[in-house]
Amino acid sequence: MKKNGGLIVDIIVCIKRVPQTAEAEVKTDSSGKDIEKDRLTFDINESDTYGLEEAVLLKEKFGGIITVISLGYPDTEDTLRIALAKGADTAIRIKAEDFEELDGLKTAQLLRTVIKDIHFDVIFTGCIATDDAYSQVGVTLAELLNIPHATLVTKIEVNNNITHIHRELEGGLLEHLEISTPALFTIQTGINVPRYASLIAIRRAARKEIKLVGQNEINKNELLLNTQIDKLFVPPATKQVEILTGSPSEVSTKLASIIKEKGLI
Amino acid sequence: MSEIFALIEHRQGAIRDVSYELMTCGRILAEKLNTKLTAILLGYNTQKFVESVKSQAHRILVIDNEVLKEFNAESYQITLSKIIKKENPSITLIGHTAFGMDLCPALATQLNIPFTTDCLNMEMVDRNLIVTRQMYDGKLNAKVKFRKNPSYILSLRAGCFPAEDCSLNAEIVNIESPITTEPDYRKFVEYIEAAVGDVDITKADIVIGVGRGIKEKENLTIVEEFADTIGGVVACSRPIVDAEWLPKDRQVGSSGKTIKPKLYIAMGISGAFQHIMGMKSSDTIIAINKDPNAPIFNEADYGIVDDLFKVLPVLKDKILEMKH
Repeated sequence: MKKNGGLIVDIIVCIKRVPQTAEAEVKTDSSGKDIEKDRLTFDINESDTYGLEEAVLLKEKFGGIITVISLGYPDTEDTLRIALAKGADTAIRIKAEDFEELDGLKTAQLLRTVIKDIHFDVIFTGCIATDDAYSQVGVTLAELLNIPHATLVTKIEVNNNITHIHRELEGGLLEHLEISTPALFTIQTGINVPRYASLIAIRRAARKEIKLVGQNEINKNELLLNTQIDKLFVPPATKQVEILTGSPSEVSTKLASIIKEKGLI
Repeated sequence: MSEIFALIEHRQGAIRDVSYELMTCGRILAEKLNTKLTAILLGYNTQKFVESVKSQAHRILVIDNEVLKEFNAESYQITLSKIIKKENPSITLIGHTAFGMDLCPALATQLNIPFTTDCLNMEMVDRNLIVTRQMYDGKLNAKVKFRKNPSYILSLRAGCFPAEDCSLNAEIVNIESPITTEPDYRKFVEYIEAAVGDVDITKADIVIGVGRGIKEKENLTIVEEFADTIGGVVACSRPIVDAEWLPKDRQVGSSGKTIKPKLYIAMGISGAFQHIMGMKSSDTIIAINKDPNAPIFNEADYGIVDDLFKVLPVLKDKILEMKH
């Protein structure tokens, strides 16, 4: 399937609904292998938002159909509807409740079973999910589909039927590549400025059908787990921080003194 | 146990630091498992690379061909899959870098070898491989176990295994490259260097870093005024650049700049590891964040758990007072 091509018309975007943990307290549940989720809010994974936006931008340029796919529980349909409101044409939920424990490989295998029957020129995934932070699914999926891939993509441009990609390396360096489509790109944040869905579009998306795929459609015996979480724990601090306490005025006085003592002012 | 493999990473003619970390980790593992460490070196005109790593491994497998001069995940995958199939290492170590992220999952999946990414540590418990990795924005760590297999592939977070000196004298084994032309479906074109901006944050003694916690672009003014008062420059974490509030050359972290100022004040930065990588060597680190569980406090010398905008104006006045 790896072959020369260039046009980007039909696009698949894989998205994930994740708990928003950046500013929340995160506690393990009684199993010790998962987190307590009841007090957390959930939303689309950050880099997936950029993948979806990139797909909508390309659709505005070249036309084509955007299919969004998410492996998740029923509330994932809210996330898929927002994607429809932003410009995706069809949405598919793979029923996480049918497939027990997941890892990068099993998730990619499930996505593959659905994607193999859909026409696409490119697949976008986020470059990392903020919950389990594996950065595995995109590249694994590309391998299972036997198509080329590039990770950490910060620019996509099609010139004379050749797809030009910028990848983000370390230290601000970028790598410019040419890749044949069909291909898979894992999208880095900052590639674009994601739009918000309009209220009218959200209302319209509420009536759209979301296709469900579950254990009746997918043979569970063909799925394989590479890894399982044994336990979760709070990471040890590398430094012993001294927390300054008191009113803003008190902590400011303490901090200014520390800075002065160090000869920095 | 069969050997441990460590993949050398190089770019623009220089070996990257993570390679020495991988070899250090590999030697520790090899010693524990009573086996040897083999470094894998793919590249072109590799002689000077061989010299640099000769003391770090028991054996070096060198595949020298012009097609391998620049990293290309597809060329590397074709080459490495052949070597791993033939040599059957027990564990192959790759950096969890822009390079490794592009390679590791595809390589392992092709070979049907269990793998995981971004490992901080690894151990053998009753002959079972267990790795430690970070989840949920750095707020929890996980112990991860694998399906049983004679071979595993792991990618390691850069900066986790401090590279140690070593004085081995590696046996050099040259292997012919299985490919001589780049795959036509993925071609390396060029590197694009980062744009140079008006302020060099790597040269400043005092750096004020801002993150998502500043909420609005307009709030940057207050931070800039504070930076002027204390004699520092304003830098930031990734979300601020993504939102286009500050240019890319102000970003501190693995995909931005690495800084070592005398004083770093993190304001409203939660402390994603990519950011930590860029500032952890600062002499003194102060963190102000309203989330007491923010991972930034694990790296800071002093912390204030409060609303940034309640503290900042007062702190600015106190600094002004003390300056006189």
